Amino acid sequence: MERLRTLPGDDVRQIMWRFADRYDLQMVVQSSRSVARTTAARLVADGARNTHEWTPEKAELLKAFDASGLTGMFMEPEQGGFLAGPKNLAMCLVAFELSWVDGGAATCNLATDLALAPIHERGTQEQKDYYMSKCVPPQPGEDREVWRGAFALTEPLPYVGVDTGVVSGKVRIDEWKEGEEPMLQVEKRGRFITNMAFANFVTAAVNTDDERIKSSCMVILEEGDEGTYDPGAPTLKMVHQLSATNDPVLSLKVPASRIIGGYTVQDGMIVPNYSHGEIIAAVFQRTRIPVGVMTSAKLLSAVEPVIRYQRGRFRGGESKPGTPRYELGLQQNEDANHRLLDVWSTGESMASLGFAAGRMADDFDPIEKEKERIFAEQEIKGPRAQMKALKPKEQDAIEMIQLRAKPEGDRDQARLDALEADPLVQYSYLSAMSNVYIPACKLWNTGYGCQMMREAVAMMGGYGITEDCPGFLGQKWMDAQLEATYEGPEVVQRRQLALSMTGPVFAAQLTAWIDELRLHAQETPGRGHCTLATAFELWAWTVEHLQSAKDPEGKPLMHGRRQGVTFALADALAWLVAVKCFMDDVDELAEKGPMNAVVAEGLDALVDFFGDMATWQAARAAGEAGRVAADLVFGYILHPDCAGECCSADAAGNLFEGAEAFYALRRKVDAAVAGARLAKDRAAADLTKVMIPEALDYPL
Amino acid sequence: MSYHIVVCGSIVPDPLQTLEPVTGPQGPALKNEMMLPAVLDPWAGHALYEAANLAKNVPDSKVWLVSLGPKAKLQQVMMNVAQKVPFELVVLDGPSGGFTEAEEVAAHLAKAIESIDGLDKSKLLLFGGWQSASRGTGAVMQIVGETLGIVDQFQGVDKLEPQADGSMQVKERMEGGSYLVSTLSAPPAVFGWATGTLPEPPNNPQVGMQNMRFIMPAIQKAQPAQVGAAGVEFKSVELPAQRRETRVVKDVPAADIAREIVDWIKG
Ligand SMILES: Cc1cc2nc3c(=O)[nH]c(=O)nc-3n(C[C@H](O)[C@H](O)[C@H](O)COP(=O)(O)OP(=O)(O)OC[C@H]3O[C@@H](n4cnc5c(N)ncnc54)[C@H](O)[C@@H]3O)c2cc1C
Repeated sequence: MERLRTLPGDDVRQIMWRFADRYDLQMVVQSSRSVARTTAARLVADGARNTHEWTPEKAELLKAFDASGLTGMFMEPEQGGFLAGPKNLAMCLVAFELSWVDGGAATCNLATDLALAPIHERGTQEQKDYYMSKCVPPQPGEDREVWRGAFALTEPLPYVGVDTGVVSGKVRIDEWKEGEEPMLQVEKRGRFITNMAFANFVTAAVNTDDERIKSSCMVILEEGDEGTYDPGAPTLKMVHQLSATNDPVLSLKVPASRIIGGYTVQDGMIVPNYSHGEIIAAVFQRTRIPVGVMTSAKLLSAVEPVIRYQRGRFRGGESKPGTPRYELGLQQNEDANHRLLDVWSTGESMASLGFAAGRMADDFDPIEKEKERIFAEQEIKGPRAQMKALKPKEQDAIEMIQLRAKPEGDRDQARLDALEADPLVQYSYLSAMSNVYIPACKLWNTGYGCQMMREAVAMMGGYGITEDCPGFLGQKWMDAQLEATYEGPEVVQRRQLALSMTGPVFAAQLTAWIDELRLHAQETPGRGHCTLATAFELWAWTVEHLQSAKDPEGKPLMHGRRQGVTFALADALAWLVAVKCFMDDVDELAEKGPMNAVVAEGLDALVDFFGDMATWQAARAAGEAGRVAADLVFGYILHPDCAGECCSADAAGNLFEGAEAFYALRRKVDAAVAGARLAKDRAAADLTKVMIPEALDYPL
Repeated sequence: MSYHIVVCGSIVPDPLQTLEPVTGPQGPALKNEMMLPAVLDPWAGHALYEAANLAKNVPDSKVWLVSLGPKAKLQQVMMNVAQKVPFELVVLDGPSGGFTEAEEVAAHLAKAIESIDGLDKSKLLLFGGWQSASRGTGAVMQIVGETLGIVDQFQGVDKLEPQADGSMQVKERMEGGSYLVSTLSAPPAVFGWATGTLPEPPNNPQVGMQNMRFIMPAIQKAQPAQVGAAGVEFKSVELPAQRRETRVVKDVPAADIAREIVDWIKG
């Protein structure tokens, strides 16, 4: 029977990634795709990546972004943009399309948005209107330059990093005349600052260096300001060469109105409304998602070139058309197909997680604004006071999760409606969830994605590491490493996950997921739902166990400084959450596909294929979680006498109290993997039959 | 003088895909046709971009795009096309492949054009591709024109220039790279476009957002159009055999490449 017929097209993706009813986003996809596969692809093919300098050829990209409408995407219609409302999903889609061809091109496009993000998140209305409208390309009849921005958080070595606790840039009062706006002197040296070669303005994080300025802040520095605005030397990086990265030196005099979010004067002191840390937290909360999506595009874009390569592998030799060797090439071999399937299913899970995080951020944006409004009204100021005010809402959020999990007839619908209508409950829920989804996405997509990209490159043999490799796979592999570093290396994400993964709201959602997955497993058995449910159970059990467990010295294991414990759990969770998102997307496709005439044809086969992939991916994730759980649970126990509990012929392995419960769960996880290899066999076999386009996506 | 420009154009399977003829339940078809990505027929695309350019330069002119194609697939293609130039879409829901009868397709198109609200036939310039990527009969536009009673027809058009006196100069392709230049005193007339002279316009999402507001409802309320190939039997269907002999070469001067191609053509 014919299963997967063609590689999944746009209609399928729109359903899975939930923008089938958003033609504005579908247009954005088309625009970015056309830039990616023409201008960006040509630059890479022509070797534009071979220099660190920002060249006129590379600058063609900016023109292409302007001409295609991508430059104005981040702005609101009243500022000259064309998309209304939150734009996280839109940015993810742009990042996906551009990095399908080149990650640097994607970063180049996103960097001005990153520079604008502090203004967007926390700027005053005047700052927003001014800078956003300067950054949209001129309309017909207008004659002005498009402004581009750069975002400067990181400092010169050895203080690079995104650890916001260390900022050595400084701000002090230069002049403050009676009744006039204070003038500030800003000193900031940056390193690794994207867009800096051509940026007209920089949003920079600086610490106070003046007792008359209360805290750190972010300021906007413009090219024309008095003093030094030196973009500095290009960074000699080996990745993302289609974006400009420099180490600038900035020493400028600016009015205090450039403090992002404004300030008040209290007792002769300038009090910024937001510290740099508060702004950056809000910015990174969102901008890390597209980076994770970028790496997912790399893996998914590798599928077709690898299939093409595999099928043609022996054609140069003696083999004749019609023979398996000629028609299938390397795809005659199970391993080739199995490995490619690993790449593909990882890529799917990454994309599903990334887009889920993007959508969540879109939901979160208006809720967060509403929360700010309510707190301002109630005069609840500062993170501490806000946290206190939100505490009781956590319970409500948990109740909301539990009510949602009940079947529709069985629950108190009025209560659920009331909870869902409360913005503070929604805030509590969405912040707990996005604090898991977003770091998980940035961490797992880029980190594990980078490893799998190596697999993809390896599948092309020696060709893989040449510049001529179709799909630019070698470059993508290199680039993936940077994506794992951008906006905070993996460790920063693990730290955030370690804090958020043990929160009560997330725990309640996890419990609800487990039930929901079990229900799904009954409805559509053999799609990995039960594998995942069991793995989640094991993970949750392990967290709970470790929270009270101690090492031989009596020190607690679940502890902020014990990164060996918390980081490993964070990694395991990221695997699981990613598959959860993939399964959700497959379920969505199965449900909504029949309503789309294009997708309906061949839908069952496609869902079966995706289902098999998800099943296999769930087994991999469960294996990972099981391994981590076992080594954490046992790894911190002193190894007993080897004739005893651990490995003798009749050892029960009961090295701690409650071990039986752990074994029962692990046994369940192992058993729940039943059929996963069969699913993999089926899906891998599909790869040998799927139709791929006659021509390459983009040039060599 | 202003123009009412009606462009007939539909979608074709992306020619970069592997296109394999098969016999389906409704007769001949392409393998996995529904699932193949589609693009605006390149010939029709040239016609559309020329139409938009003409409308831009002649005040009070207007462009309609009349498409007979599967509406589910049209929506996807329009996401791209709508961003390029302003137009109003008229949709007929039916197959757009190369296996439908030219005469049936033309009849439906003519009827749809007749029923366009506010269309002034005295201003009508009927544009289309002189051929399409899915069929090479070059017959559809001629029949549509005849059905609408438009007898001034031009095929293989590369240039259309309005003159100061209201007439139009038309350049049609002839054999051997020559052009036939004619003067048309006034609309209506049919123009089957070759490639024209314009590049594909860049995307403009503002135009897209404007267009899509009318395109989506137009697609939603598309009337089904029965077109097929009743009574026709295809003895055999064959695509040109694909042959790709790709060599990766770098840093070769354009002149050398050209010389090599000429040598190859000469055999
Ligand atoms: C091409 C490029 C463009 C960039 N563009 C910009 C830009 O436009 N603006 C900007 O502000 N920044 C930019 N950056 C900076 C980037 O965000 C940082 O490089 C990144 O955040 C990592 O910081 P780092 O290089 O100092 O590594 P570090 O923070 O020093 O981390 C190095 C390693 O140390 C370990 N480590 C660090 N902290 C801990 C900890 N607490 N616990 C345990 N282990 C730890 C981890 O193994 C980590 O991977 C860019 C970087 C590059 C390479």
